[in-house]
Amino acid sequence: MDRVLGRIWWLLAASAVIAFFSPPVLWLFGVMDGAGLTLYLQQVVSGTANGCVYALVALGIVLIYKATETINFAQGELMMVGAFLAFTFITMYGFGFWIGAALAVAGGVLFGMATDRAIIRPVVGQPVFAIVMVTLGFGFVVRAVVSMIPGWGTDTYALATPFSGADLRLGALVVSQDYAAIIVSTLVLVAFLFVFFRYTRLGVAMEASSENQLAAYYMGIPVKRVYTLIWGLSAGVAAFAGLLLAPVTFIHTQMGFGVVFKAFPAAILGGFGSIPGAIVGGLIIGIVEALAGFYLPEGFKDVAAYVVLLVVLLLKPEGIFGRVVVKKV
Amino acid sequence: MRFLFKTGYAQDTRLFPFGGTGRFWAGLALYAAILVALAHYAPVALNATHWLAVAIVYAVVFGAVLLRQNADGEGGHAAFWYGLLGVGALSAPFVLDLYFLSQITFVYVYAIAGVGLILLLGMCGQISLGHAAFMACGAYTAGLLQAQGFDLLVTLPAAILLSAALGVVIGLPALRMTGIYLAFATYAFAFIVEEVLARWDGLTGGNMGFVLSDPSILGYTFDSEQKMYYLAMALFVLTLLAGLNIRRSSTGRAFMAIRDSETAAEAMGVNLAVYKTTAFAISAGMAGLAGAVYAHLLFFISPEGFTIFLSINLLVLAVIGGLASMHGAVFGAAFIVVLPQLISLTKDSLPPVVGQLPGLESGIFGLVIILFVIFEPMGIHGRWMKIKTYFQLFPLYKRGTFKRQKSYMVSEKNR
Repeated sequence: MDRVLGRIWWLLAASAVIAFFSPPVLWLFGVMDGAGLTLYLQQVVSGTANGCVYALVALGIVLIYKATETINFAQGELMMVGAFLAFTFITMYGFGFWIGAALAVAGGVLFGMATDRAIIRPVVGQPVFAIVMVTLGFGFVVRAVVSMIPGWGTDTYALATPFSGADLRLGALVVSQDYAAIIVSTLVLVAFLFVFFRYTRLGVAMEASSENQLAAYYMGIPVKRVYTLIWGLSAGVAAFAGLLLAPVTFIHTQMGFGVVFKAFPAAILGGFGSIPGAIVGGLIIGIVEALAGFYLPEGFKDVAAYVVLLVVLLLKPEGIFGRVVVKKV
Repeated sequence: MRFLFKTGYAQDTRLFPFGGTGRFWAGLALYAAILVALAHYAPVALNATHWLAVAIVYAVVFGAVLLRQNADGEGGHAAFWYGLLGVGALSAPFVLDLYFLSQITFVYVYAIAGVGLILLLGMCGQISLGHAAFMACGAYTAGLLQAQGFDLLVTLPAAILLSAALGVVIGLPALRMTGIYLAFATYAFAFIVEEVLARWDGLTGGNMGFVLSDPSILGYTFDSEQKMYYLAMALFVLTLLAGLNIRRSSTGRAFMAIRDSETAAEAMGVNLAVYKTTAFAISAGMAGLAGAVYAHLLFFISPEGFTIFLSINLLVLAVIGGLASMHGAVFGAAFIVVLPQLISLTKDSLPPVVGQLPGLESGIFGLVIILFVIFEPMGIHGRWMKIKTYFQLFPLYKRGTFKRQKSYMVSEKNR
C-alpha cells in the first residue's frame, strides 16, 4: 500500500515539475508563441512574490513550532501589527522609508517577545489544543485592539515605498519593482537566517532548544530566554513580511487572517517544523494559486492551495521535507 | 475522574453520603414550587391537556428518581438534580418569553454538535477544523430533501447519514496524520465543501442561499417556537444519551485508548483505522443533525453561515465547556450563545465612546478564551467539579486537589 502511494507520489511530483517547466520548453520548440510565454512568466513571478510572503509567515510559524511546539494562529496578526507599525512610522510620522521599516521590524520583535512573556508562558506545558485556543483568542484580541487604536482603526491604508509604481523590464517581461523587492529581500532574509542558525552562538542555542529542551537546559542554555528570543525573531520575520506585503495589497485589520490560512498549508506542505520546507511550501502555494487563478475557471484560485495540500498530505503525510519520528517503546 | 486527575482522592473521601429523606422532601418542595410558578406565570391559560402533560412529566421524573435511589436513599441525588433540570427544561416554553426560548433552542443545537466534537476531540483526541462542513452538509441535506416534500423522518436520518459519510471521507487523512496536519487537512476539505456549496448554483442556490419552510413529521408541523424548542430538546437528549452510551461501550474505550497513546492502543489490538474513522463518522453525524435543526431554526441557509468561524466557534465551545465530560457540551453551548448576547447587552449600558468601539465583541470573545485557558484549563465543567468537590468535602477541601501535573515538555514529536 505504502509503496504504491510512494510511487504515485513521485509520479505526481514529477508531472507537476514537468507541467511547471513545459511552457518554456513548448516555446523553445515553437509550439507556444512569445506572448503566451510572457503571460505564463508574469503569473509565475507574481505567484512567487505572493509565495514569498506566505513563506515568511510560514517561516515564523515553523520557528515557533520547532522551538516551543506552540502552533501560533496569531502569526498573521503579528504580521498585521508589523504592517501597521510601518504605516505609523513611515506615513504618519514621516521618518522616511528605511528608518521607518527598521523601527517597524524592531517594534514587531518587541511585540513578539511581550506576547511570549504575557500570553504564552503561562500555558506552556498544557495540551496542544489549549495553546492553539490561546493563540486563536490572542488573534481576536489583537485585531480588536488594532481596530480601536486612533489613527489605525478599521480603514484600509496604502503604504508608499521607494519602489512603488516603477517597473522592471526583463525583455518582454514586466515585473513591478514591488514584486522584485519582495523576492530579493526574501532571499536576503533567508540567507541571513541560514547563517544565523548555522554560525552564531544564539542560533545554535535556538536550534538546540528546539531539538531537545531538556538536554539544552542541562547544557546550560537558558531555554526560557531563548524561547522569548525565538518569539521575537519570529515576530520580526512576520513584521518584515507585513512590510513586504503592504505595498502590494493594503493595510487593514483583516490582512493577517487571509495570509495565515495560506501560510499554514505552506508550512504543512513543506513538513511542519522544517525551515526550507516552509519556504518551498510557500512558493508552491503562491505559484499554484497564481497559475490556477489565471488558467482555470473562477473559484479555483481559492481552492487550489487546499487541493495541493490534500494531495500532498494524502500521499506523503509528513509533508515534503518532514521527518518521521516513531515512538520507541 | 480518577484517570483524569490521577488522584481519585476527591471521589473516595466523600464525608457525607448525600441523598436520604430530608433531601427527598426538599426536592418535593422545589418541584411543587415549579408547579405553582407554572400556574402563576404561564403566558397562556393552562387547560386540562397542559396539566395532564405536566402530571405525566412529573410522574416520569419522580419514577426515575425513586428507581435510582437504593434502600439507603443513596445514588438518587444525581437523578434528583437531573430530574429537576428536566422539569425546568420541559416547562420552559410555558414560562419564558419567545426570545429566551429561541436562545435556549440554539443552546440545544450547539450542544448537539458539541457532544459530537467532545466525542472526537475529548475522547478520541482527533482535532477537526472542518466541523462547519458537516453542519453545512446536514443543513443542506435537510433543506434540499424538505424542498422535495419529505418530512423530518426522512430528512434527519438522511442528514445524519450523509454527514457521517462525509465524515468518513474527511476522516481518512486521520489514518495517516495527527495534530496540526490533521487540523489543516480537515480544514482544507471543509473549505472545498464550502466552495462547492457556493458555486453549485443549480442545487444550492449558491451564495444567495435558500429558504426553508416549517419542518413536519407525519403531517404534524412544527410551526411555533415552542414546538421547535421541544423538537431540538428531544434531539439533544437523544444525542446526549447516544454520546454517554458510546462512552461506556467498548468503542468509547477504544477511542480513549487511541487518545492516550496510539502505539499502546494498537498494541492492545485496537484497529486504529476502524476506530478513528468511526469517531469521525459519529461526530460528523451529530454535527449534521445539529446542522439540520439549525437550518430549520434559521429558515435560511447560505454558505456564509458555515465558514471557518463556525468551526472555530465549535472548538471554543468544546474547550471552554470542558473536554473531559459530556456536560462540557451543554456548558460550552450556553457559553457560545450567551456571551455575544451578554456583550451586546453591556454595550448599550456602557458610555458610547467605549460601547461603540469597533471590534469590541471579538476582542472580549478572544480575551475570555485566553483567560479561560490560562486560569481554567478544564473548562466550565472543571470549575463545576471543583465547586462540587469543595462542598462535598467541606471544610476539608485542599487547593491542590485538582492541580494538574505540569509536564516539562509536551512533545508531539514522539507520540
